[in-house]
Amino acid sequence: MINLTLDFEKPLVELEKRIEELRDFSREKDIDLSEEIATLEKKAEMLRREIFDNLTPWQRVQIARHPRRPTTLDYISLIFDEFIELHGDRAFRDDGAIVGGIASLGGRPVTVVGTQKGRDTKENLARNFGMPHPEGYRKALRLMKQAEKFHRPVVSFVDVVGAYPGVEAEERGQGQIIARNIEEISRLATCIVVVITGEGGSGGALAIGVGDRLLMLENAYFSVISPEGCAAILWKDGSRAQEAADVLKLTAPDMKRLGIVDEVLPEPLGAAHKDREGMARIIKDALIRSIDELSGIPPRRLVERRYARLRRIGEFTVREAAQEEFAEAASAGGDVLRAAGPAGPKGEANR
Amino acid sequence: MPAFKDLFKGKQKYVTVKPTSIQTEQPDGLWSKCTRCGQLTYTRELAHNLLVCHKCGFHFKLSAAQRLAITLDEGSFVEFDSGLVSADPIEFPGYAAKLERTRQATGLEEAVVTGQGTIGGYPVMIGVMDFSFIGASMGSVVGEKVARLFERATRQRVPVVMFCASGGARMQEGVLSLMQMAKTSAACARLSEAGVLYVSVLTNPTTAGVLASFASLGDIIIAEPGALIGFTGQRVIEETIRQKLPPGFQSAEFVLEHGMIDMIVERRDMKKTLASLLALHERRHEAG
Ligand SMILES: [Zn+2]
Repeated sequence: MINLTLDFEKPLVELEKRIEELRDFSREKDIDLSEEIATLEKKAEMLRREIFDNLTPWQRVQIARHPRRPTTLDYISLIFDEFIELHGDRAFRDDGAIVGGIASLGGRPVTVVGTQKGRDTKENLARNFGMPHPEGYRKALRLMKQAEKFHRPVVSFVDVVGAYPGVEAEERGQGQIIARNIEEISRLATCIVVVITGEGGSGGALAIGVGDRLLMLENAYFSVISPEGCAAILWKDGSRAQEAADVLKLTAPDMKRLGIVDEVLPEPLGAAHKDREGMARIIKDALIRSIDELSGIPPRRLVERRYARLRRIGEFTVREAAQEEFAEAASAGGDVLRAAGPAGPKGEANR
Repeated sequence: MPAFKDLFKGKQKYVTVKPTSIQTEQPDGLWSKCTRCGQLTYTRELAHNLLVCHKCGFHFKLSAAQRLAITLDEGSFVEFDSGLVSADPIEFPGYAAKLERTRQATGLEEAVVTGQGTIGGYPVMIGVMDFSFIGASMGSVVGEKVARLFERATRQRVPVVMFCASGGARMQEGVLSLMQMAKTSAACARLSEAGVLYVSVLTNPTTAGVLASFASLGDIIIAEPGALIGFTGQRVIEETIRQKLPPGFQSAEFVLEHGMIDMIVERRDMKKTLASLLALHERRHEAG
């Protein structure tokens, strides 16, 4: 049984239950309780606002992972007039954790790709909980190259906890395919709009997450490592994920502030899963707007802009180069001992 | 050019290694113990074997300075961008102090050293990652220095040799470190389009975000014997599949067998292999 109520929603859910009970009671006994119900509904509305206006990063992560959160295929069916799904990477197999195809966005043909989580246990097994293998990423790249060939914009939906961490994924080059995808997508000569709809899990998200316009849902997250993984490294305690979510700066507003995403798309009150149609409308509007703007730019210029966009990400300081000692050691010419410097042959202290 | 082995003759002049910095069983640091086979070797002898165990062939990690010294022609190295230092962009707990401690302990400013030099007389742009600097993790500075190196190489049409080693992205810089994967890969794409050779050398260990970006994008990918090469950490995989991983999983030999790299080259043959590759890619007179 999947728990659909998040901890911080409990007071709200209990209140909603009480309202429901009063309604039933009023109906059964034919007693007018409309005043009491209205008061409680007002209270519920206030509580809902209070909760969702003050979400902590960890609460957002939980919302992003909510089992009822709309998936890529849900959005595809709500946003596009038509969708023809295409399958396979032409090399190994069809990975269900990545979906893609050709769609019509308000009459304009576009290529759509995205990670796909299952909506129940059975689906999740088929889709590997939305965690792609290398062939999934290869399929996404194939479809993007096809979009380039036919001058179609690309829409990429990202909702993935991470690339699948398995033996076969390693054997088939998970790291290599992610690198290849990023390299190829960085120079794809057609416009790309990325929508981070739920989880933006590290390299597994970035492999289909490079584009000209990045949109991010209000309660989605994007991070170099999962909060659990960060907590395990930092405090040797994966259960401190809540604190890790705070320090990682992984929310949509953080991404906007850091210059990673262009636009944060507001979610309906109570988050995307409470109003799928409403959420889809907001995404659709933003997609149409973005593609209208981008499709006027010549492909070569788009690629230049995309490079410039990636190129400026990062923060560092520049100080006077004071490394003469290092240069001397490095130029020693083939002598490991003389070049050892202060670090020395450390052996394998870090393994 | 002198024979490669001659470069290591008669260099027993002095030792600058601080004894305490050597991982050995002996307090005076005269001896080093092999991580793999446990063999005790006179440290100076180990160094003259390029920090490769005589008994089992285990390749110890090298510092950036050591790698440059045994790879480039003597006196040819000129460093780039040494003044780029990490900020603390997301004010991550303990990061500023960790950086300072690491700088003190290693004498390095960051986890990658970049510059130019010659190998067997052939000019190269070279980058070397140093695992002793926060596991050679990639943050903003590593990403920036690598991207600048690729850009310089693209402009000057000089081949790139990158000695990779890394535990992955630098968590302490949050998503900015993740995005360095995109920045460096995009810079690789431009180098590639300019038709300039890029040789990536994967040393122990090359993993996660660095493997999933520029390390995997070489025209030619070489690995040192026994190097750990993989995207996901072994502990995470074992927790996922609830099984022990077989020995040799994610080794250089394993990824060669699975078609992910071109060749495994022992440390003592690395320089001449690189020189041969550079010679074979020397730009001919570009007529028309
Ligand atoms: Zn040994």
